[in-house]
Amino acid sequence: MSARKYKERAIEGIFLSFALVSLVALFFIMLFLFQKGLPIFRVIGPLEFLFGKSWYPTYEPPEFGILPLIMGSLFITVGAILVAIPLGVTSAIYLAEIAHPWIREWVKPTIELLAGIPSVIYGFFGLIVLAPWIQDLFNLPTGLTALTASLLLGIMAAPTVISISEDALNSVPASYREASLALGATRWQTTIKVVLPAALSGISTACILGMARAIEETMAVLMVAGGATLIPTSFLQPVRPLTATIIAEMGEAIHGSPHFHALFAIGMVLFFITLGLNLLADFLTHRFKEAGSGTL
Amino acid sequence: MKRGQMRELIAFWCVRMAIVIIVAALGIIIWFLGKNGLSILSWEFLTEPPREGMTEGGIFPPLVGTLYLILGTIICALPLGVLAAIYLTEYTRQGKVIRVIRLGINNLAGVPSVVFGLFGLAFFVIYLGFGVSILSGSLTLTFMILPTIIRASEEALLAVPQTFREASLALGATRWQTIYKVVLPQAFPGILTGSILGIGRAAGETAPIIFTAATFYTPHLPRSIFDPVMALPFHLYVLATEGTHLEKTLPIQYGTAIVLLGLVLGINLAAIVWRARLRRKKRW
Repeated sequence: MSARKYKERAIEGIFLSFALVSLVALFFIMLFLFQKGLPIFRVIGPLEFLFGKSWYPTYEPPEFGILPLIMGSLFITVGAILVAIPLGVTSAIYLAEIAHPWIREWVKPTIELLAGIPSVIYGFFGLIVLAPWIQDLFNLPTGLTALTASLLLGIMAAPTVISISEDALNSVPASYREASLALGATRWQTTIKVVLPAALSGISTACILGMARAIEETMAVLMVAGGATLIPTSFLQPVRPLTATIIAEMGEAIHGSPHFHALFAIGMVLFFITLGLNLLADFLTHRFKEAGSGTL
Repeated sequence: MKRGQMRELIAFWCVRMAIVIIVAALGIIIWFLGKNGLSILSWEFLTEPPREGMTEGGIFPPLVGTLYLILGTIICALPLGVLAAIYLTEYTRQGKVIRVIRLGINNLAGVPSVVFGLFGLAFFVIYLGFGVSILSGSLTLTFMILPTIIRASEEALLAVPQTFREASLALGATRWQTIYKVVLPQAFPGILTGSILGIGRAAGETAPIIFTAATFYTPHLPRSIFDPVMALPFHLYVLATEGTHLEKTLPIQYGTAIVLLGLVLGINLAAIVWRARLRRKKRW
């Protein structure tokens, strides 16, 4: 082989090593989460950790049951998707099927900007505006509740749902719409009965990723969810989701203590929940690509 | 048929309501922060350190800290992302290796920001011994925005027509020469605009830097990359939730929020406008 070819090979190798960085990073993230998180299972069994009903890490003896935190995350996430999915999917229908091109050209970047607002700003807004409003509306002792966090998160997750749903709607072949319209259906009937079903798996992907977005959100929920570590029974109670717990307590957890390891173990739980949701979304996207080719 | 049209009219208006709610939400947040925050902005607010237990003075140190973190993140993330994207688009587009790499990138993009914070704490701060510092924070943010940069770069590289590469290769250039002299210069503006959106995200993130870079108060500006910094998002968070005099610091909170929002939206808006102009001016 000539020197020139050797050089080319070497350069390709360098590029490959950079391409592998993401993979290595993912591996390292897992490795270090495990290294710092697994020691908690010397103190408490995995099942007790996941399904234990009380989280009092600073009591004597400490209790490390994260069920209240999981329930907190679940409440907020369910609330958030109840806001984000209807709002997001209808907005996507509007943008893809109904809106004038010039409106689309303005609204799409606006939504992109909405997605770019830092979560701490949403949290600040929620704290100053939304929480007092909820408190007055329902006459509560505090406005920092699961409902407040859900509303805020719903708005935050909506851009994710919109942009992915819109892509799904746009990739439905125009011939589907033409066939339906030619049969005498109105545009609305076409949208509901033809376009939407054809884009369904893409829209499901959008909803799952919206959900992942809601579960992983940290700062906004930390600021407005209230922080009570009891198992919630209504949306008008303060809750403490998984993400918020890590941020709120890491400062006071002594390095190497069971509390410290427990917080990393919560990180592991979060990591696997979001990994699962992402893999599910990935799977749906691939199925969707095969079905959306226009040959039914 | 009449009934169908009536229904369509009603349905269309309902659908329009959804988009109005979304856009209104953005409008209300910006209007609210603007109304309360803009009057606080002044040259002194931007260039003076906090005084009197954070109830007076400005936000110079957190502003500088955030800029350092952005700069550090760009320096690390941009080369890493672009080089990875070159491999994915120019060398191999299919095959097992690529599938595994893509899976890695997609799942890295899905890792929650607070988990990046934990990772940064365990790896950079404790294991590598960088301590709570600009370096640890920038590296943590780098991994967080790496998938965004890779995707943006890939998109820009793929937009360069295949014929450009073929012409260069036909002239006897090697693959590397083609990439370096033909493809990269064409793709560069696109790479930058896409990457800026990722950097806007890094500027506003709080969770990954709390344990790795941020400190609530330092009396002096950072002197090296191993110093911790104050940062705008963390500053706002602490003032809004943990301060002993929440009421007294409220104007500072509004001011910090509006500066952070302005910084992030400014970065994003610049990228969006630039991208729109590039698309219009496309030469091929």
